[in-house]
Amino acid sequence: MSAPLALGVAAGAVLSGTSLLYATLGETLGERAGIVNLGLEGIMLMGASVGFATTAATGSPWLGLGAAAAAGGLGNLLFGWLVVTRRANQLAGGLAMLFFGFGASALIGAPYVGAVITGLPKWRPAFLQELPWVRGTTLFHYDILIWLAAPVTGLVWWALFRTRWGLGVRAVGESPAAAYASGRDPGVLQYQALAAGGVLGGLAGAHLALSLTLTWAEYMTAGRGFIAIALVIFSKWRPLRALAGALLFGGAEALELQLQARGAGISPFLLEMFPYLLTILVLLAWGGSRRLFAPAALGRTFYGLD
Amino acid sequence: MPDVRRPRSGRAAQAWWTGIRGAAVCAIALAAFAVILLAAGKNPVRGYADTFKATLASAYGLSELLVRMTPLLLTAVAVALPSRLGLINVGGEGQLYLGAWLASAGALAFPSWPAWALLPLVILLGFLGGALWAALPGLLRAARLVNETIATLLLNYVAPLIVSYFVFGPWRATESSAYPQSAAFADAALLPPLFDTRVHAGLFIALAALGAYWILLDKTRFGVDMRAIGGNPEAARRLGLPVGTWIVVALALGGGMAGLAGMGEAMGIHGRLRQGLSPGYGYTGFLISWLAGGRPLGILFMAFLFAILTAAGDTLQITQGLPYSAINLLLAIILFVVLARSPAGGRRRPARTDRP
Repeated sequence: MSAPLALGVAAGAVLSGTSLLYATLGETLGERAGIVNLGLEGIMLMGASVGFATTAATGSPWLGLGAAAAAGGLGNLLFGWLVVTRRANQLAGGLAMLFFGFGASALIGAPYVGAVITGLPKWRPAFLQELPWVRGTTLFHYDILIWLAAPVTGLVWWALFRTRWGLGVRAVGESPAAAYASGRDPGVLQYQALAAGGVLGGLAGAHLALSLTLTWAEYMTAGRGFIAIALVIFSKWRPLRALAGALLFGGAEALELQLQARGAGISPFLLEMFPYLLTILVLLAWGGSRRLFAPAALGRTFYGLD
Repeated sequence: MPDVRRPRSGRAAQAWWTGIRGAAVCAIALAAFAVILLAAGKNPVRGYADTFKATLASAYGLSELLVRMTPLLLTAVAVALPSRLGLINVGGEGQLYLGAWLASAGALAFPSWPAWALLPLVILLGFLGGALWAALPGLLRAARLVNETIATLLLNYVAPLIVSYFVFGPWRATESSAYPQSAAFADAALLPPLFDTRVHAGLFIALAALGAYWILLDKTRFGVDMRAIGGNPEAARRLGLPVGTWIVVALALGGGMAGLAGMGEAMGIHGRLRQGLSPGYGYTGFLISWLAGGRPLGILFMAFLFAILTAAGDTLQITQGLPYSAINLLLAIILFVVLARSPAGGRRRPARTDRP
């Protein structure tokens, strides 16, 4: 791999990986509380469409970002109503959210197809500006979601593993009955984890629309939600490992784009398959560890102690 | 999941109840969707009226419903068959594309064969394409490595890329450079149309598949085995049933059904291989099977209903400029209503709630 290609891939890994990271963190929060949301893809699409539409209508990417976060959070609350309050099957509920996201995002985004927006502002701190190998390049020229990616990862880790709230969430994910017996309300904790996770999922979609592509297109997340669900398994439900996984997959996407841009002589359609096949390979290598690391009550419906 | 203990005599009544419940659910969902359409500045009453005119009100409209039902029946069986083992096949969309692709490969490779040889070959290849595409997640699941839900979902994104690669690359027709598609298939490879409509012989294949599914399920010991495994895999394993083999076989058979749907679209409707063969038939088939509880008559009824609903998507797109994908919202609302009011919701604890 030549030096410019390697640099391009590394820089692209950060750009493409950010959205995956937020999505993975969001799903991790929900799954730690015992809830699989297969509709993450739909949540991301809603974040992307609402974020883009708001930005196009108001001219402010910050409002777009806020609206996307709210859309993601509300979407996951709706999912929570289905699987926590109504005790619906989580896989079926997730698929319902998937369809909901497909349809709602198409409807919301339709008036804004082809709209031109100013995306999230990008900047690089002065001390990086001075480095000789950075000057004159676009390296470290990042928007707020990229700058906050690592801090947010740390925050999710801290919330899950260093707070009473996180202890409660993880307890619910392992055994809702035990959490209930120790005075916690599993439903409330699950709603809270889902809401926080939905906000992150909405931001993940917003990053695609408001920073990476600056467009809205139907189905524009192209399966990233499902890749993120696989990344949760790869990261063994740990936020810090999710950072590594997101960079790996961001790198895979970046490599695909770099090879396309350089005209490597490989059909773009074949290159596009790469991230999905890599995801299956990763699941193949790490999926077996699922039984050891997954929250014990993941995917199960809690019916109370009657 | 279907209730194994239910008495057999109640089957017909059960199917009727499925139908009535389905209609009630659809009525609620249509009302909710109408509110959303209003909010989007569209006219739901006109939209629904236009849909009725375009579907049920004329012989042509009814024939178009049969055209839509053909792939939907097959993709629904593709989900229902593995679901007997408790497997969740969400990969109908990808299996459909692979079936269309392999069938097209046969049609393009032997254009000079007579119809009595080429047509069966193409049908077989369509089945095989979908079956192989589904056997892959089946193998991974049987080896307890990868959950079939996520694997089939991911493969949905790969299969259309294979079709795109071939219609843009090796198979691209030379006479039409503007539109990426394969050359027209030989007449001998095409499924014959019925009564001067777009309905084609694929409808019989779909009905036969549904019948075969019903017989396999209800009348053979394989059906009993499958339900035993679906009910309790560990007990079935200890009884000596080859659970792993069954997982692969059930997913492959299901995938083959979806592959036949893709073959039908390519050989019965388009006459060529094209991108965008399916506006989400695989996903819609999942909904149909799930709402019908995998019951054959229920699938027939639901496929008819969903043919109307997806036709509404087209009608709304043409008459009111709504994006076709917006119809997914209606499908989602239907699922919401069913999930929120299902017996598992709130009141009663089902026998077995957790799934790997």
